[in-house]
Amino acid sequence: MTLRPRINRLFRFQWEPAQQAHVLLYPEGMVKLNQSAGEILKRCDGSRDLPAIVADLEASFNATGLTPDVEAFLAMAEEQNWIDWTEA
Amino acid sequence: MDTLLVPPEALQPAARRAGPLWLLAEVTYRCPLHCAFCYNPVDFAAAGPELSTDDWLSVIRQAREMGAAQFGISGGEPLLRDDIEILVAEARRLGFYTNLITSGVGLTEARLAALKEAGLDHIQLSFQDATREANDLITNTRTFDLKRKVAALTKAAGYPTVINCVLHRSNIDHLDRIIGMAVEIGAEYLELANTQYHGWAFLNREALMPSTAQLAEAEAVTERWRQKLGKKMRILFVTPDYQSKKPKKCMNGWGEVFLSVTPDGLALPCHTARMLPGLDFPDVREHTLDWIWHDSPLFNRFRGTAWLPDTCQSCEDKEKDHGGCRCQAFMLTGDPSATDPVCPKSPDHALIESALATAERQDNCHPLVFRDPKASKMLGRAF
Repeated sequence: MTLRPRINRLFRFQWEPAQQAHVLLYPEGMVKLNQSAGEILKRCDGSRDLPAIVADLEASFNATGLTPDVEAFLAMAEEQNWIDWTEA
Repeated sequence: MDTLLVPPEALQPAARRAGPLWLLAEVTYRCPLHCAFCYNPVDFAAAGPELSTDDWLSVIRQAREMGAAQFGISGGEPLLRDDIEILVAEARRLGFYTNLITSGVGLTEARLAALKEAGLDHIQLSFQDATREANDLITNTRTFDLKRKVAALTKAAGYPTVINCVLHRSNIDHLDRIIGMAVEIGAEYLELANTQYHGWAFLNREALMPSTAQLAEAEAVTERWRQKLGKKMRILFVTPDYQSKKPKKCMNGWGEVFLSVTPDGLALPCHTARMLPGLDFPDVREHTLDWIWHDSPLFNRFRGTAWLPDTCQSCEDKEKDHGGCRCQAFMLTGDPSATDPVCPKSPDHALIESALATAERQDNCHPLVFRDPKASKMLGRAF
């Protein structure tokens, strides 16, 4: 069983031109995301598990060893209710 | 020669203030409910004709162009208009997060399907109490069973169930049952909003204001449920201004994030600002939203902190609260630029103390004036 993160249905994730940032929209509010948060959440579409997200980020940004950072961010995002995990 | 040259940065247009983030469309003052705590102006019946669909579409497009991301549809009961689906579809297409604030009356299965199809993101459903008798009493209607049915419909359509309940003297003692009902319905989120005394609620203030003991018990009940429910259902308890003794920063700052448009097309920096005297409210059919937001006298009148009275200027919290609510200051003191009397530092704070003292009295039994067009015409005043 693999768990795949996806954006919680209480939020909508999108690129916001006026903010020049990715944002999470929810009733009467908006979370403006920094670039890394935006790039991670962009990949939380329910089709990728954690290793796949990390691999994709490392390939896109020519980096290595991102697993701890991504894990820490996703733990925070789950605590904030931004994401939930779906079973593959 | 060099000193005569304009420095290059001066040739750049000055950085403009950000546009509104949140557009609230109050599409109609018509409403099937007659809630005595409604914040709409008491004299709503004197408002001009409602904006057309095209007027609203223009407002929506302009606001999105300026960077607004939230589109709220409220009223009155917005579902009394038959073009809500059109407005939602356009707002959603442009990237707005769309939120329908409704009593649920008129939300049939077919209508809900059309709104879902249009891309509506969120529905906030209002409940007035946990029992049929109490709900129907305060709204002066028979709508309780209907509301429960609507909650089930929206859930079945895949919407999170988000319930708002306004608390006041006659329902606050039922809070345990109200929260229990929200759990039973399967709500993910419950907003318990203590009455803010604007419009009809101000008119009915004595009848609506709970005592200190009632309020303390309500907070304790809420806390018990929070412990029990954890993340299953989030409960937001909005404390009343009068009792919290803390002025609130009006709409997060006048003209900073919020723009509301009345059914008859007036742009407001706060949904109750229409009551304020001596201000010219710009009509969205006569001016662009850009001019209204950046340049109109109305949106600049209470922007920032430069206009604050002396009491506030010397206060360390002035950036936090901007002197509180302008409408509250006006309703209580007659001066819209006074310090909000809920602040203990306000020279008018005794007005709040005396209202609170009335709420403590056991023999307090004022009749409720229900919100309806007939009473509106008869009373003919803003609050």
